Amino acid sequence: MADGKAIGRSVPRQDAVDKVTGAAQFVDDIQFGPTLLHAKILRSPHPHARIVAIDTAAAMAVPGVRAIVTGKDCPQYLGLYLADRTVYAVDRVRFVGEPVAGVAADSAAAATEAIGKIVVAYEPLPGIFDPVAGAGNKDVLLHENLGTYRCAPFIYPVPGTNIANRFRLRKGDTDKGFAAAAAVVENTYTVPHIQHSQLEPHAAAANFDRAGKLTLWSSSQSPNAVRKLIATAFGLPMTKLRVITPYVGGGFGGKAGLTCEALVVPLALRLPGHHVKLTLTREEVFRGTFVRQGLVARLKTGAGGDGRLAAMEAELFWDGGAYAEYGVNIARSGGYCSSGPYEIPNIKTDSCCVYTNHPVGGPMRGFGMPEIHWGIEQQMDMLAEKLGLDPLAFRRLNALRDGSPAAFGGPMSGATLVDTIDAVAARCGWGGPKPPASGARKARGRGLACMFKAPSMPPDAQSSAVLKLNEDGTVHILTTAMEIGQGSLTALAQIAAEELGVPVADVVVTLPDTDYTPYEWQTVASRISYSAGNAVLAAARDAKAQLLAVAAQVLAVPATELAIEDGRIFPRTDPARALAVSAIAMGCLLPGGAIGGPVVGRGAFVPAGITGLDRETGQGERPAPFWTYGTQVADVEVDLRTGAITVLKVTAAYEVGKVINPALAIGQVQGGIVQGLGAALYERLALAEGKYLNSDFVDYKIPTATDTPQMDIVLLETSPQADGPFGVKGIAEPTMVPTAPAIANAVYDAIGVRIRDLPLSAEKVLAALKSKQAGEKFVRRAP
Amino acid sequence: MKTVTLTVNNRPHTLTPSPERTLLDVLREDLGLTGAKRGCDAGECGACTVLLNGKPVNSCLVLAVELSGAAVVTIEGLGGPDGLDRLQQSFIDNFALQCGYCTPGMILMGKALLMQNPHPTEAEVKEFISGNLCRCTGYENIVKAIMAVAGGGEGNG
Ligand code: FES
Ligand code: FES
Repeated sequence: MADGKAIGRSVPRQDAVDKVTGAAQFVDDIQFGPTLLHAKILRSPHPHARIVAIDTAAAMAVPGVRAIVTGKDCPQYLGLYLADRTVYAVDRVRFVGEPVAGVAADSAAAATEAIGKIVVAYEPLPGIFDPVAGAGNKDVLLHENLGTYRCAPFIYPVPGTNIANRFRLRKGDTDKGFAAAAAVVENTYTVPHIQHSQLEPHAAAANFDRAGKLTLWSSSQSPNAVRKLIATAFGLPMTKLRVITPYVGGGFGGKAGLTCEALVVPLALRLPGHHVKLTLTREEVFRGTFVRQGLVARLKTGAGGDGRLAAMEAELFWDGGAYAEYGVNIARSGGYCSSGPYEIPNIKTDSCCVYTNHPVGGPMRGFGMPEIHWGIEQQMDMLAEKLGLDPLAFRRLNALRDGSPAAFGGPMSGATLVDTIDAVAARCGWGGPKPPASGARKARGRGLACMFKAPSMPPDAQSSAVLKLNEDGTVHILTTAMEIGQGSLTALAQIAAEELGVPVADVVVTLPDTDYTPYEWQTVASRISYSAGNAVLAAARDAKAQLLAVAAQVLAVPATELAIEDGRIFPRTDPARALAVSAIAMGCLLPGGAIGGPVVGRGAFVPAGITGLDRETGQGERPAPFWTYGTQVADVEVDLRTGAITVLKVTAAYEVGKVINPALAIGQVQGGIVQGLGAALYERLALAEGKYLNSDFVDYKIPTATDTPQMDIVLLETSPQADGPFGVKGIAEPTMVPTAPAIANAVYDAIGVRIRDLPLSAEKVLAALKSKQAGEKFVRRAP
Repeated sequence: MKTVTLTVNNRPHTLTPSPERTLLDVLREDLGLTGAKRGCDAGECGACTVLLNGKPVNSCLVLAVELSGAAVVTIEGLGGPDGLDRLQQSFIDNFALQCGYCTPGMILMGKALLMQNPHPTEAEVKEFISGNLCRCTGYENIVKAIMAVAGGGEGNG
């Protein structure tokens, strides 16, 4: 699709001036004045323990303390896919950092002092700290009542075990496939927990007014989900619960669903008229919020002598943590995508989300895809090597193509992996001679990885939008899509401006406020440009039809012969006879009376034809609306003395259907690559028997400006999405998926060492290098 | 309690902060200047960066009682009604922000660098801002935004 007046252009961010001037308000920036109370949370020091007794008397006596709540005050179960947790622990804690009690006080100091005076008697219990062992352990159960929890219809818990969801995929006959294979590789890969590390710590504030209405300010990616879960848990009609989300300082999945919002609600309900604010400390962000789940992946992959993939088996053990949250759905997505972006005729996959006494696994950029591709993409390189094939040619040969049968059965449409492989190959000069290393004890290497990702969501994830024309012809768009940095306000404004025919600078998209903005399922899954974009497009069409109907009467020209451009409506045959949009935004007064009326456009969207998957075989037609494909090549240098890896350059290509705003899309890729680099080289939430060994930015390093590689990014538009606005598909999450395996493959190319456990820390690389050298010496000495 | 007189964005203020309160606390809670962000409260992220007597500091590490006679500049003190500072504009033009939480600190870091070194190399920019974390952008556009102003010389602000 050709670029338009607004679409395909790098228009400046709508939120940029707010953000460079300090005008942008985040939850903690709202001061609330004299009604402000400070909340602090007492958290479990034990990974697994019974709560024997809680004594709050001494804490209540601290001057300035207004209220204290514990689990018994709100014992309702809640959960997005599986209702397995309470707001505060009731009689059991299941991870270090689990909320046990909340205090609201006049000052943060008083609240902190009170927290220190709450006495909790615990009786420690044996724990589960490994998903593989946990899946088979029937003696230590984290949730004995698993069979009684409310649960989404596509999640399959296994009562009597620690398995919160088991997804199975059975396709073809893997025994036959492996028997016919010329090369088979079998390996176990591990992925540790990592932290989203958004720069803004999670925050929530609640006000229960004297008329009985609860207003919640939340740093959330999912205002409607927050409203639904809290309304259900606390028995509030949605007219009595208003969720406002000002700017969010980074999400990456870690602010999806309920994070800390529910903690302030029972406090606020006891303190009418006050504003109870909770802003997590950085340590609490590390110790109390969602993490990316760990994964142990056992993969066996085989290919025939013709280079074609023949069979694969995958056992995926997701370390879901103490409560299921999004983890159960990640296990499902990881399961039905377990082939990676390749056509494999025979597949057997078991993907289990396992309860452990670890922090709660939530969604994180990629939703299982970075984790599974970590293994898949190394398997591909190993198979190619065994078969004597170039890894790029091998992937190209096996890539899913338009109409290929997917692992889950149904034909893949718009499968454009090959386009991204070819684009990257051309850009980086794949196959060219290796440039020399920068020093004597250094080695250069280059590695490749591919990926695919779909928005993992329920089949009926909805979006809606309202478009209001103002008297001066400017436009407000109301949606509950959340600006978390990805640029949704700008992209949605561009979609509306293009369709309506007004300058994009005249369109403002507001931030969510559930009393005023219409329903949006959640801002996750890289689906906002697609799904909310469709709703906005429909709202703009609706408004446009209203404008044209009035203009047709005013200009006495049939609506079908009118066009709108730059805020002017005119007959196509006579552009000079133009009417300003502002002149009829409120309708028009004609000699015979007023016509039209204020223009308000309405749009709603739900993707059509998303189907379920069979419980036993994981087979179905179309579990998601689209897949985004991408390829990255990493150029690295390894320091042979220290094992340290420097990522010199990443070349990336993604096929995204249509780019709404090139600068924003490229920004997503840059950010994703650098996040992927952090996960590849150093990020790991170190847990020892459930206790955190690192919970600050000194011991948990995220990339800094000096770690940034050179980045060369190509965005392709070879397969516009049929039901995407202007053809758009998602891009934000796919950007970090292939980075870690591309780097691992580059390290192998440089020094011949395979690392299967993330991260690729210098110590690990050095140790592997030493053991390889020792092995070589041994081989050389042997007769 | 000790009385402290200082200027913030050229306006004089007299405060009586309790001894444990930081410059960041005072800016955000007493003066309503919430542009400086609290990312860690421990000197590890740079989100709270402000200029103290012309030098960038992590305001979460500076005790307010020690600020007698100090001149503090926050993001709210940059630019003005007649326009943005050139570096603010450059951040917009170069798409150097996403969620915006690191942005005030990054811009002030960039200002500080350009005041002491008007023509830094790219490596010098990266090194100078390496104590300021950004989880969104991958830094490339931030470096570009600072370099664009450096290349064109320092203008207003
Ligand atoms: S808040 Fe001051 S350095 Fe992080
Ligand atoms: S823009 Fe989000 S942390 Fe920098």
